[in-house]
Amino acid sequence: MSKILMKGNEAVAEAAIRAGCRLYFAYPITPQSELIEYMAKMMPKVGGTFIQAESEIAAINMVYGAAGVGKRVMTSSSSPGISLKQEGISYMAGAELPAVIVNVQRGGPGLGDIQPAQGDYFQAVKGGGHGDYQLIVLAPSSVQEFADLAADAFDLADKYRNPVMILADGMLGQMMEPVEFKPAKTQEELDALANQHLSWCICPNADGDAKHHHEINSLELDPEILEKKVSKLYEKYAEVEKNEVRYETYNLSDDNEILCVAWGTAARVVKSAINELVAQGKSIGLVRPITCWPYPYEAIASAIGPKVKKVYVFELNSGQMVEDVMIAVNGKVPVDFWGKLGGIVFTPADIQAKLEACF
Amino acid sequence: MPRVTVDPFYCKGCGLCIIACPKKILRFSEDINDKGYHYAECFNQEDCTACRLCYITCPDVAITIEK
Amino acid sequence: MQVIAKRPETLTAEPFTYCPGCTHGIATRLIAEAIEEQGLINLMAGVAPVGCAVFAYKFFNFDMAEAAHGRAPAVATGMKRGRPNMHIFTYQGDGDLAAIGTAEIVHAANRGEHISVFFINNAIYGMTGGQMAPTTLAGMKTTTSPYGRNPEDIGYPIRMCELLSSLVAPYYIERVSLLSPGDILRAKKAVNKAIQYNKEERGFTFVELISTCPTNWGFDPDKAREWAKENMLPYYKLGVYRDKGAGVE
Repeated sequence: MSKILMKGNEAVAEAAIRAGCRLYFAYPITPQSELIEYMAKMMPKVGGTFIQAESEIAAINMVYGAAGVGKRVMTSSSSPGISLKQEGISYMAGAELPAVIVNVQRGGPGLGDIQPAQGDYFQAVKGGGHGDYQLIVLAPSSVQEFADLAADAFDLADKYRNPVMILADGMLGQMMEPVEFKPAKTQEELDALANQHLSWCICPNADGDAKHHHEINSLELDPEILEKKVSKLYEKYAEVEKNEVRYETYNLSDDNEILCVAWGTAARVVKSAINELVAQGKSIGLVRPITCWPYPYEAIASAIGPKVKKVYVFELNSGQMVEDVMIAVNGKVPVDFWGKLGGIVFTPADIQAKLEACF
Repeated sequence: MPRVTVDPFYCKGCGLCIIACPKKILRFSEDINDKGYHYAECFNQEDCTACRLCYITCPDVAITIEK
Repeated sequence: MQVIAKRPETLTAEPFTYCPGCTHGIATRLIAEAIEEQGLINLMAGVAPVGCAVFAYKFFNFDMAEAAHGRAPAVATGMKRGRPNMHIFTYQGDGDLAAIGTAEIVHAANRGEHISVFFINNAIYGMTGGQMAPTTLAGMKTTTSPYGRNPEDIGYPIRMCELLSSLVAPYYIERVSLLSPGDILRAKKAVNKAIQYNKEERGFTFVELISTCPTNWGFDPDKAREWAKENMLPYYKLGVYRDKGAGVE
């Protein structure tokens, strides 16, 4: 299949539809509005459901309902709207519902601005909603990867019965790049998807079958039972940590003097800076987490080569993922951080200057 | 002959069926159920007309009526 | 001899967790009976609220979802759109539906979602211990309106049937009460009609049931009914507000 030039917001929507998503509920917000507009245009053409909800809260609860009946469902928003969705996300984690949530991050806090930012890392990775739970968090760094991760996100959500967040940003949402899509699911595959959760989801009782009583629920007033339920969630999360860690390494070698860690859009810029410095004879490696949770702690620890004198973290925030890097590095070498705020994306020259100062 | 039965397992002793009964054949029991309520009971089945007013009023669906 | 009235098959064996004499249980039974009578036990699913009926998902003998406070109409929307061959209802109290969930109910009604909403109005927050509801009457004392609800300060009680009747889409809106056997029989007809319209995919159906809260009102169950008749019914007028199936627009 040939490549198509597309905005990230549209590519992720198209990829979701190809992955068998036929239900989408959302509310407009910049810089993700092309996504909701694409869904509004395309869902009726594939016999799917598109609803522009009255609020982000309503949208995520529609997702809760649709996931509860066992269907592939997605919502999307940008930072302030994702905050509103946290209630529903916590309930979905508690009720073990599979769904995909796309966050096209913008500058914050509060209304902030509409430029690309990475300020929602903590919210996505360390909680966001109330209670003990985890989202699986996927962080693309190109339009192609944004699209690819949409399909993976649905598979992971279904496999683990857990909400999955794609943590993108305004740059990835708005930028146009060539993208090649995986083939759309066949009718046979779609039918299989529609029936994969019948053992637990809300579904009709077939005539003659034993009557089932499925409950979609996160409430349990008995503390002992609730503790068991939450512990079971964490057993599941341990499986996710064991099986699903993803990252990309770039220019890693035993000669590395600096190891960079960056994710999403920030990692693209860092790569450009590394290319410049490598051309000048310097040796700098990069680890780019693709899953922000489960986090690639071991990959980062083992990427610290014998000559590495510093691990340098670059983010489009005030220093959030750097805390996970510190856990990974565990005091072996110093960890430094530099970031830009306000929705400003640093340039390769900015990063180059920061790295050059290390030599 | 009609017959009204109150299931002590469900009854919370609210008394609404006793008020509803036009024949006044329901009363609170001397005994208490597992929840500690004096549940409703019929003390005169012969007068029951199976009018169902007790069933209709019962908030705990504790009553069965046969005819 | 033949059984002429018993627990419907659409209820599980689970005892209700409502207080003694609370008419919530009657509403729960009427919905279960209507679903049984319409032969929908295999195709029905419900959404339980947060409030006194929070355990409704245990009471109904078919698939149920528990929603966050006020969000039941949005959850029901997702369920119905995801499985259009199923029939969906929500069961919600006055705090759930008329305060924290106002946006969700208004917009589900405005979209004309093919769901039934059963709204229990007892003018108080029962489960949390008797706080003021959006439907608490003017002058009525609750734990958060200890000097009586002052409409100049906190507004007048919201009449949801009237409010939703201003929308074009809803198919059926009726207010009934559960304050006497006769009232309950009329309520049964309304609940049955909503479920029948739901089965026939007519559109959005809404039944408000004026109910009691003996525990938090501080009356015995019978006195609570009398109080509601005297105080709630003059403000919350019973009747059909919309029935497109019967030409009432």
